[in-house]
Amino acid sequence: MKDFARLFTAVDQTTKTTAKTKALTAFFTEAADDDKLWTVALFSGRRPRRAVTTTQLREWAAERAGIPLWLFEESYPIVGDLAETITLVLPPAERESDRPLSHWINDLRDLSKVEPEARKTRILAAWDELDTTERFLFNKLITGGFRIGVSRKIMTRALAQATGRDEANLAHRLMGGWTPESTSWHALIEAEDPEADESRPYPFYLAYQLDEAPETLGDPGDWLAEWKWDGIRGQLLLRGGGHHVWSRGEELMTDRFPELARAADFLPTGTAFDGEILAWDGTQPMPFNALQKRIGRKTVPKKLLTEAPVVMLAYDLLEVDGEDLRDRPLAERREKLDALLAGLPPEAPVRPSPRIAFDDWADLASTRAKARDFRAEGVMLKHRASPYLDGRRKGDWWKWKLDPLTVDAVMIYAQQGHGRRANLFTDFTFAAWDGNELVPFTKAYSGLTDAEFRQITAWVRRNTLQRFGPVRQVRPEQVFEIAFEGIHDSPRHKSGLALRFPRMARWRHDKPAQEANTLADLRQLLEAYG
Amino acid sequence: MALMREPVLTFTEQGIFCPAGGFHIDPWRPVDRALITHGHADHARPGHRRYLATEAATPVIRHRLGEISIDTIRYGETRRIGGATVSFHPAGHIPGSAQVRVEVGGEVWVVSGDYKVAPDGLSEPFEPLRCHAFVSECTFGLPVFKWDDEARVRVALNDWWAANAAQGRASILGAYSLGKAQRLLAMLDAGTGPILTHGAVENTNEVLRAQGYALPGTLRVTPDLDPKAHPGALVVAPPSALGTPWARRFGPASTGFASGWMRLRGVRRRRAADRGFVISDHADWDGLQQAIEATGAEKIFVTHGYTDIFARWLTSRGFDAQVVPTEFGSDEDDSAEEAA
Repeated sequence: MKDFARLFTAVDQTTKTTAKTKALTAFFTEAADDDKLWTVALFSGRRPRRAVTTTQLREWAAERAGIPLWLFEESYPIVGDLAETITLVLPPAERESDRPLSHWINDLRDLSKVEPEARKTRILAAWDELDTTERFLFNKLITGGFRIGVSRKIMTRALAQATGRDEANLAHRLMGGWTPESTSWHALIEAEDPEADESRPYPFYLAYQLDEAPETLGDPGDWLAEWKWDGIRGQLLLRGGGHHVWSRGEELMTDRFPELARAADFLPTGTAFDGEILAWDGTQPMPFNALQKRIGRKTVPKKLLTEAPVVMLAYDLLEVDGEDLRDRPLAERREKLDALLAGLPPEAPVRPSPRIAFDDWADLASTRAKARDFRAEGVMLKHRASPYLDGRRKGDWWKWKLDPLTVDAVMIYAQQGHGRRANLFTDFTFAAWDGNELVPFTKAYSGLTDAEFRQITAWVRRNTLQRFGPVRQVRPEQVFEIAFEGIHDSPRHKSGLALRFPRMARWRHDKPAQEANTLADLRQLLEAYG
Repeated sequence: MALMREPVLTFTEQGIFCPAGGFHIDPWRPVDRALITHGHADHARPGHRRYLATEAATPVIRHRLGEISIDTIRYGETRRIGGATVSFHPAGHIPGSAQVRVEVGGEVWVVSGDYKVAPDGLSEPFEPLRCHAFVSECTFGLPVFKWDDEARVRVALNDWWAANAAQGRASILGAYSLGKAQRLLAMLDAGTGPILTHGAVENTNEVLRAQGYALPGTLRVTPDLDPKAHPGALVVAPPSALGTPWARRFGPASTGFASGWMRLRGVRRRRAADRGFVISDHADWDGLQQAIEATGAEKIFVTHGYTDIFARWLTSRGFDAQVVPTEFGSDEDDSAEEAA
């Protein structure tokens, strides 16, 4: 565990990509195979099966620390991470040991085989022989979520450097549904002809936001444009007679969207699409709200299948007849895609995402301005010659989103943040005028600089009217411009509406509270865009 | 029927007030007579008619506030102000810092100011005081805040500097110019290399050296100083100087930041320093308990920090604990972290 702790510390202490890659490369060169395999798994979001509940962990940690459970629970949101909170409240370790990472993982796996009382004894014993960092990592093994600033790209690069293998090939090997229990370091990374995994998706190619004018992209003739949809990015794989649906977050969603199963009735096996899964009313996407109801449901009730049926609007073709097309230029892939999907009957669940024809950039800009009418959030620009790369890369693919909607709102409640913002007020509730009354309609906690957060924190401390536990009611004086991507009705909220992706775009020092927007203004936006 | 006796201290719009003595302690709005625990800006504010502070704290207060009418008092010396008897006692927070003991008609209240119980090798060590009521800060009043042994942190700090020096990098350490900076200076192995200081830090150093506090030799960074002439240097600068052109003059460098908040990984990452050292001039969780137990007080007023949680904890332990809203820890541009 000490080598893994050193790796973690080295990566955690720096913001420099080269330093992180170097530390990972060293680890992948020196560590034992089982530890390397688990490290890849952990850094790509996999974790051992949880043998104890987080409730038990909290109780045991509080007991060991000699504090009441409520005090532990109050500390947790301030620290912002359960594994870290446990680490910090426990007394220092009494012993020292250096067992490998895989030992502790096996130890955790074996917990499910022992009596509940014995589980507690083992966890307490582990806490007592691990130093602070090791203990934090051990807790992370249980609670999951190894977000330590190692992107997939950095990890893959380090693996490539340590093994001398091709980076793109490694990226593809790491995709899909493997677990450290189901494979080995050799099979995953080294085996020359690993059994082709039928369900394995391709690494997603991601676009950057276009912040400059499109003119900077050069000749409009070199670019293909299509709508930027507000759905779920996914890959639909038709292989071996079956089908698999993957989200961009590499979640297998095949059962979540049973409508897509019918794709196999219309399309040949050995085909892979990249596209957007959207709730579809027969002619156009439904508001995101409708799709929202489908997200997170592992099995879908019949009623919902009728109310919010989904289709995939495909915009890329990655594989045909089992052949990987990713190196071909986009224009060619797109031709093949359109040819493949042309003439499919309306009940086919895959449709081509329409291309947007345009003569010049001004033409495209005026189409983009109408995106909301098409239930899109902007346009995508993709270079005709672009291969399908992996990860987020600048140059060939751009998202050119609409400017967000905005309103000016009055801050009425403030709450301290947690984790990296533990000592700042960062979570705010905003209100709009309804006559002389301020009606809360959204919360927001991002968009300001650290300096602005410090400034507003000092202001909140001096202008607290009332405290409700961690929440402070403040003088209704500060106006913020709230930007958001969408608005929909919501009977659960007092204001009757809810915003999508609200954030603070600007602190309106120049605006008195009286001049903030009204609930009537918000209802107008709801009318227009809901 | 006996009249209800007025409390020894009350909490007013101006700050903590003693009705019997007619004075305030660390007031945040201008008052006639202010007793000041220490020189940090949220405790020693301008605009009062008369000040009273320890002999040890006064030079820095004068340095920061300019021409003020200030009277000094020795640690432990008692003074009669109106119907109250007051004395100042070491708080261990920074050089010269004090707790203020106020006695009226046999009843004793103590205002802690900011404090830490562990000695830091530079500040006058914290003195526990028996009292009936204790007004305590609780900046770090959560059980997750526990400080490492000073000796261990000293080793980590000096190892970091030595490793940087060996690799030809400067070490830039962010620390508040009054208190934390000098404490860190006192922790350094001066043999590792030259120690350079930002002007704000060096100004305070000069004041403290003149008082006789033992600080290692330092070199003030001026526009004509050539950083290349001082390879392997450790630079102490206010946190606001980190990441600025001022700091870039030292070329390749590793940055460090020393604060109690560095105990939290999230805050450490927000600071975006290469290294976070958990070094605080405030009491940690155990230190707060220890100090409060030692007073023997039944009544505890908690001021700044995680007050609600800490008061609830004290209540569960049988204390009569109340939260007192104050404006401490809220005034500097980097307020939340000035309390480091």
